[in-house]
Amino acid sequence: MSFFGFGQSADIDIVLNDAETRKKAEHKSEDGRKDKYFLFFDGETVSGKLNVTLKYPGKRLEHNGIKIEFIGQIELYYDRGNHHEFVSLVKDLARPGELTQSQTYDFEFTHVEKPYESYTGQNVKLRYFLRATVSRRLSDISKELDIVVHTLSTYPELNSSIKMEVGIEDCLHIEFEYNKSKYHLKDVIVGKIYFLLVRIKIKHMEIDIIKRETTGTGPNVYHENDTVAKYEIMDGAPVRGESIPIRLFLAGYEITPTMRDINKKFSVRYYLNLVLIDEEERRYFKQQEITLWRKGDIVRKSMSHQAISAAQRFEGSSNPEKSQSKNAEDDS
Amino acid sequence: MSEPAVADTRRLNSKPQDLTDAYGPPSNFLEIDVYDPQIVGVGRNRYTTYEVRMKTNLPIFKLKDSCVRRRYSDFEWLKNELERDSKIVVPPLPGKALKRQLPFRGDEGLFEESFLEERRAGLEQFINRIAGHPLAQNERCLHMFLQEESIDRNYIPGKRKPSAAPASCTFISTSRHNAGGNVRAVSTL
Repeated sequence: MSFFGFGQSADIDIVLNDAETRKKAEHKSEDGRKDKYFLFFDGETVSGKLNVTLKYPGKRLEHNGIKIEFIGQIELYYDRGNHHEFVSLVKDLARPGELTQSQTYDFEFTHVEKPYESYTGQNVKLRYFLRATVSRRLSDISKELDIVVHTLSTYPELNSSIKMEVGIEDCLHIEFEYNKSKYHLKDVIVGKIYFLLVRIKIKHMEIDIIKRETTGTGPNVYHENDTVAKYEIMDGAPVRGESIPIRLFLAGYEITPTMRDINKKFSVRYYLNLVLIDEEERRYFKQQEITLWRKGDIVRKSMSHQAISAAQRFEGSSNPEKSQSKNAEDDS
Repeated sequence: MSEPAVADTRRLNSKPQDLTDAYGPPSNFLEIDVYDPQIVGVGRNRYTTYEVRMKTNLPIFKLKDSCVRRRYSDFEWLKNELERDSKIVVPPLPGKALKRQLPFRGDEGLFEESFLEERRAGLEQFINRIAGHPLAQNERCLHMFLQEESIDRNYIPGKRKPSAAPASCTFISTSRHNAGGNVRAVSTL
């Protein structure tokens, strides 16, 4: 019927109920562009309206059903055909029939579980989206609305420092210390390097943050290393007994929380790489894994009750009353 | 546990540096001079030797002060030995200057002053870069080149220390348990 463009068609449009008040977050897409999407947390309800607007008023639109889905899926770039859906909810909005005029349908996915954070990486993408479909005999009409999910944690109960003495025999001995092993995304890495023995001629020292994305299982494991930050901490040669301080602010870098074995499909881990470079450009390095986590933003009084309870789904124990009073303190 | 609104960025406590460490001689003193070219031999069989003088306080070198005479082909020998036995990338030598060995040149050829100076500087840079490399310091050929009267080309190549040096310049943890710290006793790459 629509071969010659004379058949009826429709534009469909998904609008969230809280579009005015809900915060948006920036997220990088596969081609590197940064776009803003509505931000959701685990447990929040996703509700809105689906507007079906007929292209040619007066003409009927026959259809085989109208539905809306909420999907969370993992897509591996080397295996594009297979999408691994870990959340898949559907609401049927209309039984097969016909529309004689434009129509709006309400939908609500109540307290949806969103266990993982949205992630777009070099070999893998994890995304959440709403997909509305008007099924028809020959071709469906469908529309997607992407959202971004952040996973929040609270200050870990156990956060020991990292302290180690490393060296190359008779050549270079250092003791390095980082104040924590778990840092939130806007944290500061405070540390120091203490030189016990320096028999090589060091020119400078830097600390790098390396992101390692691991996809695949068994024999087909891919590692993608990306140096997210390089920060020089010493220029010139150190002397025995000298302590070099480290103060590295994480907020300026493009980092995500540490993700371990997400749905058994991929991991994203972060490492601090301490690099010493000598006068002949030889590099001596020591890598150390750190855990990155996302801290919930300061809760504003206008934030919905829903979002407050969602932000309380923490890693590690947290008393809801206590955290609400903490949030009230912060809210100055 | 009440959490700070602003992160604590104060420096970690560190031991104050000992003044003898601060003002003492560096533990990485290594200087090698290549100088005093002397022409040896007569006629067609002439060649140049250079004095190679080393001053160091690195414990890996047996002599803290040594002085030997070496010719260009000795440097070539050292380069080949290191390329074969050690895992390092050996820096380049100054050129072999084959053209200068041809007859009927207008100048002194291989013994021209400016050429000797160029070659001397190149050899000096080469040997300093090599001798400072921790992996090269493990090779017997380097020690023989720098500190023995003559080079025994029939020597048995090998490492100076029987315990192997790390294959790459990554740290091996020599850690012991520290209060509040992690313990790792395994070498990592």
